[in-house]
Amino acid sequence: MIKDQEYLLEKASYCLDLIKKLGATDSSVIVSNSISETVNFRNKKLDESNRSDNLAVGITTYIGKKKSSISSSNLSKENLNTLIEKCIETTKNTPEDEFNSLPDKDLLAKEVKDLDLYDDTHINNEDKIQYLTKLEVSASSNKKIINTESSFTEDKSNFILANSDGFCKGYKDSSFVASSVTVAKDDKSMERDYEYTGKCHLDDIIDADVLGKLAAEQTIRKLSPKKIGSEKISLIFDKRIAKGILGTFASAIASSAISRGTSFLKDKINHKIFSDKINIMDKPDILKGLGSRSFDNEGVRSDTLRLVEQGVLKHYLIDTYNGKKLNQRSNGRCGGTSNLYFENGDISYKDLLNSNSKCLYITETIGHGSNIVTGDYSVGASGFLIENGEFKHPINEITIAGNFRDMFQNITLANDLEFKYSTNSPTMMIEGMVVAGK
Amino acid sequence: MSNFFEKSDLSRNEAEAIISDTLQKCDDGELYLENSKSETISLDDNKIKNSSYNSDLGFGFRAISDEIVAYSHSNEISKNSLKQSSESLKSTLKSARGTYNHSIPKSNEKYYDNINPIEQKSLKEKIEILEEANKYLRSKDKSVKQVTANFSGEQKSIEIIRSGGEVLTDVRPLIRFNVSVMLEKNGRKESGVYGVGGRQSYDFYLGETNWKNVCDEAFRIASVNLDSKPAPAGEMKVVLGPGWPAILIHEAIGHGLEGDFNRKKTSAFHNLMGQKVASEGVTIVDDGTINNRRGSLTIDDEGTPTEKTVLIENGILKNFMQDRLNARLMKTRSTGSGRRENYRHIVLPRMRNTMMLNGNHTQEEMIKSVEKGIFAVSFGGGQVDITSGKFVFNCTEAYEIVNGKIGAPIKGATLIGDGPSILKEVSMVGNDMMLDPGIGTCGKAGQGVPVGVAQPSILINKMTVGGTKL
Repeated sequence: MIKDQEYLLEKASYCLDLIKKLGATDSSVIVSNSISETVNFRNKKLDESNRSDNLAVGITTYIGKKKSSISSSNLSKENLNTLIEKCIETTKNTPEDEFNSLPDKDLLAKEVKDLDLYDDTHINNEDKIQYLTKLEVSASSNKKIINTESSFTEDKSNFILANSDGFCKGYKDSSFVASSVTVAKDDKSMERDYEYTGKCHLDDIIDADVLGKLAAEQTIRKLSPKKIGSEKISLIFDKRIAKGILGTFASAIASSAISRGTSFLKDKINHKIFSDKINIMDKPDILKGLGSRSFDNEGVRSDTLRLVEQGVLKHYLIDTYNGKKLNQRSNGRCGGTSNLYFENGDISYKDLLNSNSKCLYITETIGHGSNIVTGDYSVGASGFLIENGEFKHPINEITIAGNFRDMFQNITLANDLEFKYSTNSPTMMIEGMVVAGK
Repeated sequence: MSNFFEKSDLSRNEAEAIISDTLQKCDDGELYLENSKSETISLDDNKIKNSSYNSDLGFGFRAISDEIVAYSHSNEISKNSLKQSSESLKSTLKSARGTYNHSIPKSNEKYYDNINPIEQKSLKEKIEILEEANKYLRSKDKSVKQVTANFSGEQKSIEIIRSGGEVLTDVRPLIRFNVSVMLEKNGRKESGVYGVGGRQSYDFYLGETNWKNVCDEAFRIASVNLDSKPAPAGEMKVVLGPGWPAILIHEAIGHGLEGDFNRKKTSAFHNLMGQKVASEGVTIVDDGTINNRRGSLTIDDEGTPTEKTVLIENGILKNFMQDRLNARLMKTRSTGSGRRENYRHIVLPRMRNTMMLNGNHTQEEMIKSVEKGIFAVSFGGGQVDITSGKFVFNCTEAYEIVNGKIGAPIKGATLIGDGPSILKEVSMVGNDMMLDPGIGTCGKAGQGVPVGVAQPSILINKMTVGGTKL
């Protein structure tokens, strides 16, 4: 069983009291516990079981404008005493930073919203095994599939965030995640692909048969890929890749990057950085949302933000420290976005595929080729050649490159948004990027 | 050395009894105890931004029967908690019918000293160096707009208790110093990053000339990039500089030679043992025994002493990297490559310091032989798709080569290649092998472990360069 609110609260108050006694002017404490149970299958047989029980405490102490922090997994009083003493000692010896402070009191969340993020259901390993057996039978039904690896994870966690200004709140959440990775082979090639389902509530995850079938289909269609020549061509990004481009946008509008001047989107508030039709939302209060939350990592209330409106950038993601540096108030984004998504475009998936006589459909990228200082983007990719709306053949060993400044202006979105992850995008087309191949 | 039972209601004898009882019908397994202390101090935007300290304590209990691994970990070293883990393992492995393999090789070699780098230097001294570095870089040139510098230091004590009570221990120091600088000139911004580190005290890396070298190198890379032009797109010849560019070897073939992917036959190399996988003259080893290196280990995380494992000898595939589980299932021996990020994770076969050894060409010869291509000197990260064999890495410093001469610097571009075939495209191996500066972290299955790489300059006949200029 995960530790209850009272246990976490008791630890948090103990820390706050001791920190105060030892002379800190301000402090914040987070105490958390998570229990996670995973079962892994390989080729229709049990491969691994893993139970993990994690306790953690994170403490930040302030003496005026001096600050330091510690973290530990050992919650014994003896260890907490030693660590807190060390933390205070370090704080004293750390230079002042005028922007260090707890969040403004009036911004702190007043309530924990009921967002239905916790499902109490516990499924024992036998039931996980049953799901995985069904999943792997479905995934390996085609004989081109030569290897399957699947896993089922149940996660429960609970936390308390407290600070010396009287904030003290926390809540439980849960997740149930199943995934399947399959390897397919023919005489020319060996390919791998995957499918995933993850929700806060057990009843909402995808059926095992369907998940296995999807993983297998997506892998088999990648067999016998060809390399293509280098050219400028329209690219269509599968939803699972398009969300990564949205994620890069989020890193580029993080107040830490803006205040340090290391983002290509610095000084771009109220500038048009996307085309007219693009709207980007960050909505923390979606019921059962994978990124939903009542407040951010500092306890600041997180309201819905329309980050981009008709192509115009409206907000940065601001925490307390960087907000003070930028002379702005926190908008509850310490720790990043919540449920971040592009609103739907006005064209169907099918019409998007048909909008060019020839384009590439990208299903996987590899490498860390996003540079938020310059906006340059260059990654390895694989996917499919599309001609007149039809999937022709798989392609791989190519790179795709561009600069986000141009790429953002050239995005067209389909109307097929779904909430599968915490960051989501409809299928996306970007015109004018360069593909390097043969 | 940590005494894990000192403040616990669990005695060493009781722990040993639970371990032996839990593992009696298993093929392998152990209790892994870990106590780590780490610190990070960083300077950013002219200020000390972060001074943090972490102490982590816990155990991971593993039982293996045939191919099945049962694992349970907890932060609480107590009777109750170990018993609960034992129950969890037993319930997964109800039908275990194995015989425990007690054999584990021994060695008296040690590749680093038993020190705690965090305690060896005061906070004040560390902060002073960061502030000096910041001042030094900002006074270098007015184009310097942002400086980030940080230290991280760690001491990790581990103890492995096997069935029957055999105990293996190790204490591992690790430090890293990193500098990142951003320049701005005529409205254009570029950044440069450099760092050093290893399993030694801070002092070894932080004499005045050392930290200034790190700053100079970060500044140099950023300056080169300020003048860079768009990279070419398409297939061409590539000369790789010595040292850190060996992450090409790490990504392109290193991961594909890890035992687990080959036992499961998901690696593109699984059926190539004994075959020619690289040009003649190409020899690659994975070596855990170089003194004080970031990727070195006295024993691995299963207690096996590390070694220098020959992976490819003169072009022929000789060995995979093995942990105990995969070695047993593939009927070979562990190469001391069983590693885990910490007690929260299961052991996997991983790389240590992966190195291509010297050949007899010079870098000059290589450049001269290229009519059109690129010369890649430094890289950011890389990644590989084990199954298709395709790998990428991102240049952070590269130049075009035109008619045998190094030309203008080019913008960061991704290079993509095919792991199983890339080493056959190596047409010259240099005589200038260099170790990387000690900054690598390898990610696999969500676990990061410190690693090293090394290589001489090499010439690759063709790779796809992911630029924007057609």
